[in-house]
Amino acid sequence: MKEFDPGEAPSSIVSITDRVKPLPLGAAVGSVHFLGDRAFFVGTEESVAIATIDGELTRTETHFGAILCAASDGKRLVTGGDDGKLIAIDAKGETSVIATDAKRRWIDNVALHSDGTVAWSAGKTAFVRNPKGEEKTFEVPSTVGGLAFAPKGLRLAIAHYNGVTLWFPNMAANPEFLEWAGSHLAVSFSPDNKFLVTAMHEAAMHGWRLADNRHMRMSGYPGRVRSMSWSAGGKGLATSGADTVIVWPFTSKDGPMGKEPAMLAPMPARVAVVACHPKNDIMAVGYADGTVLMVRLEDGAEILVRRNTGAAVSALGWNAKGTLLAFGTEDGDAGILEM
Amino acid sequence: MAEASQKIPVTVLTGYLGAGKTTLLNRILSENHGKKYAVIVNEFGEIGIDNDLIIGADEEVFEMNNGCVCCTVRGDLVRIMDGLMKRKGKFDAIIVETTGLADPAPVAQTFFVDEDVQKNARLDAVVTVADAKWLSDRLKDAPEAKNQIAFADVIVLNKTDLVSKPELAEVEARIRGINPYAKLHRTERCQVGISDVLERGAFDLDRILEIEPDFLEAGDDHDHDHHHHDHDHHHHHNHGHGHGGLKHYHDEDMQSLSLRSEKPLDPTKFMPWLQNLVATEGQKILRSKGILAFTGDDDRYVFQGVHMMLEGDHQRKWKDGEKRESRVVFIGRELPEQAIRDGFEQCITT
Repeated sequence: MKEFDPGEAPSSIVSITDRVKPLPLGAAVGSVHFLGDRAFFVGTEESVAIATIDGELTRTETHFGAILCAASDGKRLVTGGDDGKLIAIDAKGETSVIATDAKRRWIDNVALHSDGTVAWSAGKTAFVRNPKGEEKTFEVPSTVGGLAFAPKGLRLAIAHYNGVTLWFPNMAANPEFLEWAGSHLAVSFSPDNKFLVTAMHEAAMHGWRLADNRHMRMSGYPGRVRSMSWSAGGKGLATSGADTVIVWPFTSKDGPMGKEPAMLAPMPARVAVVACHPKNDIMAVGYADGTVLMVRLEDGAEILVRRNTGAAVSALGWNAKGTLLAFGTEDGDAGILEM
Repeated sequence: MAEASQKIPVTVLTGYLGAGKTTLLNRILSENHGKKYAVIVNEFGEIGIDNDLIIGADEEVFEMNNGCVCCTVRGDLVRIMDGLMKRKGKFDAIIVETTGLADPAPVAQTFFVDEDVQKNARLDAVVTVADAKWLSDRLKDAPEAKNQIAFADVIVLNKTDLVSKPELAEVEARIRGINPYAKLHRTERCQVGISDVLERGAFDLDRILEIEPDFLEAGDDHDHDHHHHDHDHHHHHNHGHGHGGLKHYHDEDMQSLSLRSEKPLDPTKFMPWLQNLVATEGQKILRSKGILAFTGDDDRYVFQGVHMMLEGDHQRKWKDGEKRESRVVFIGRELPEQAIRDGFEQCITT
């Protein structure tokens, strides 16, 4: 038997590792978001590191403790912490406190609407605040697992135990409840507003076709799905949780119902993060062994962005134009790649 | 994956309302041990805990979607552990205080079922604080209290100054009727050594060294010969009686069952039998533990389980001169004793 050396990528793979601008952040990264051409690396604790493509780094202190969630609409970044604060950071890196939980509860989830409305949750309570500063709250039966705004209208999906509540904060109508047994965590609408999917506490995804609430079960993962990303135009949903990227097809009106997912970029390590390119049919994939690949959705062709060194990749993000890719890891390494 | 020693130890603190959980918690936290604890308490529970890192929990019990009804986890705990892991290095251990009415099983199972929790933390022990004056009553009218005693690795029998000696003997006998294996400490105002409740390694397979009933040593006024009896006979008595001062009780619905064999077990029979047993009777079996000597195997095999969840591994070589004896213990509710005994007998290599 030949010796298998996982330390080196296969020689056939195209490598662009030398084009990555290295950013030794020295603090674990939770997520990364672009505001303009600068990458905002949200730490797992206390601060956000802001990097330019030239590798210039500044740091902004945000929370006194863990940063539990973050969301960005490209104009600002909003983070929630275990200090009970919800903090906005603008493109200049200036911070402002949006809200402080009265009981200093953890801010577990945050979501941003394109009109400037922000939603967040603490325990079982979901909050929304519109740009005028008007605040509304809604309580679900168990702790909120995830939040997402629908792409159209002001409609908030609140994932929790045994289903998802769809709340219209500006309407008197009763919220809609999509039921499915189990604990639902991350939640996301398809870009065409036709489907809603959740990543569950079990190693599975669940989905609903919103026209008729038909169920879509997406299972077979060896591990929990921690990261999901819609490909350009919402044609597919790329997900982590296996040792390949699982991409569910969403091109037909039935979504992935009765279809097999594509399994791309197999590696001897679990996929930790996925981030689809905003315009083209390619995605960035981060693995538990530290590898970062760029993968073409059509045929699975791979380009090596980062070798398998150190801890798991924990953050990936593209700028809006799709010209810059940033990644961060659990052990505080990061980089930016100009395409 | 982190080694067991690098995983953050988690102590679960249970006990019926008013038994003294908060007193014990504050004792642990105020002690000059140089360690930092993250404390997870029930939001609606007792207040007055002095600690930097204190998190309110909701005690949300979630069923897992795996067709196993007793496979429940604490959903809120999964979320809290996730958040706490972002602050790794800021604390040395975690203490989870449950409400007085809580079942310890979902808390414990969270540390076996959830992959991410398991990667970073390990369950150290379930510590139950019991009120010497009221526990006997609670065991009659509160199934939660019985659960907490049955599940415990360590029992802090508190407020012993409020009862007479015979009353104390009575309540201890009732505890032993349910769970003879937990370490029992008699205390006033929860005055117990920190090392007696923390860092116990009760769920650590490497630390399963022996499975013997625990009895208080010095100062006891009962017959010492009695210690080493096989306690299987618990289950044949329906009334309390004395043995040299030590009362014995058989609890009507919660009991322990001990199996023993000096002949080696056949692993091809034992493992399927055990798995089938917990799959069919797992709802009744709260805790299980075993040290096994298999035919043709020079290693000790150890296992432990919570309801339907089992974990086991080869532990180490049997030592020269060490008696190669298999011991298995189940603690549970309405255990089908004869069926379990018969099943075990079938696994002995003849």
